Amino acid sequence: MESTIFYIIALVMIVFAVMSVTSKHIMRAIVYLLIVMLGITGIYFLIDFQFLAAVQMIVYAGGIIILYITSIMLVERIDSPLDSPDKVRTTIAAILSFVATGFSIYAITSFDFKESTVETVTTVEEVGRAMLNYGDNGYILPFEVISILLLAAMVGAIVIAKTYNKQSNTSK
Amino acid sequence: MILGVSIYEVLILSTIIFFIGVFGFLTRKNLIAMLMSVELILNSAALNFVIINKYLYPELLEGGIFSLFIIAIAAAETALALAIIINLYRLVMSLKTDQLETMKN
Repeated sequence: MESTIFYIIALVMIVFAVMSVTSKHIMRAIVYLLIVMLGITGIYFLIDFQFLAAVQMIVYAGGIIILYITSIMLVERIDSPLDSPDKVRTTIAAILSFVATGFSIYAITSFDFKESTVETVTTVEEVGRAMLNYGDNGYILPFEVISILLLAAMVGAIVIAKTYNKQSNTSK
Repeated sequence: MILGVSIYEVLILSTIIFFIGVFGFLTRKNLIAMLMSVELILNSAALNFVIINKYLYPELLEGGIFSLFIIAIAAAETALALAIIINLYRLVMSLKTDQLETMKN
């Protein structure tokens, strides 16, 4: 049962990822990207990591996709089609990607992974205790650093958006 | 771990998604479309961390927490990149990479 669900999700993800990078309309490409994100959420649910699945759904499917949609509405007409890349570039990129995919799959399948048979469910409690623990296997320092990074990113986004106004006022 | 699915199949899935992202990054000419391909690459990398953690060392948490940090950094990166792109669009009125030869004004 679980393997059937996995194969369906994998097929949907690959099809929509290809459509997302080849679609002519950028709005459709974003909706296809959203479906790929939801597929990854499904895989996180299948391997019993509910907290990460929730974070993926909230941050990617909820936050980042909305950010993309609003920025496209700000910069371009939604129905204007994207330029199609030239044939030579597409062929070279496709050959390169195929060769690299084949090489990576060969490397993965030739490596002998020692799979564990234990099946665990990662609860939110475990993640929270690991995040705020300052002993062994604790992540309190990266947790705090990431909060400062997010603050810096917010301030940086505001500063970048503001500089242009000041310049345009002085130049006028 | 997923019942009836070996680690190889999940790793092959994430490899395929990764190189679809690389293909999009090489062929796209629009800045926002290129950034979307980077999202595909980041997602497959985060998936790899979790899969290897859950299949090989299920009693540890390192991979999952790494993925959480990857998601947080990706969110910050996307917000900053989109701010730069919108600002750039107001300067040159275009998002095509061959028309954005200079970033200083």
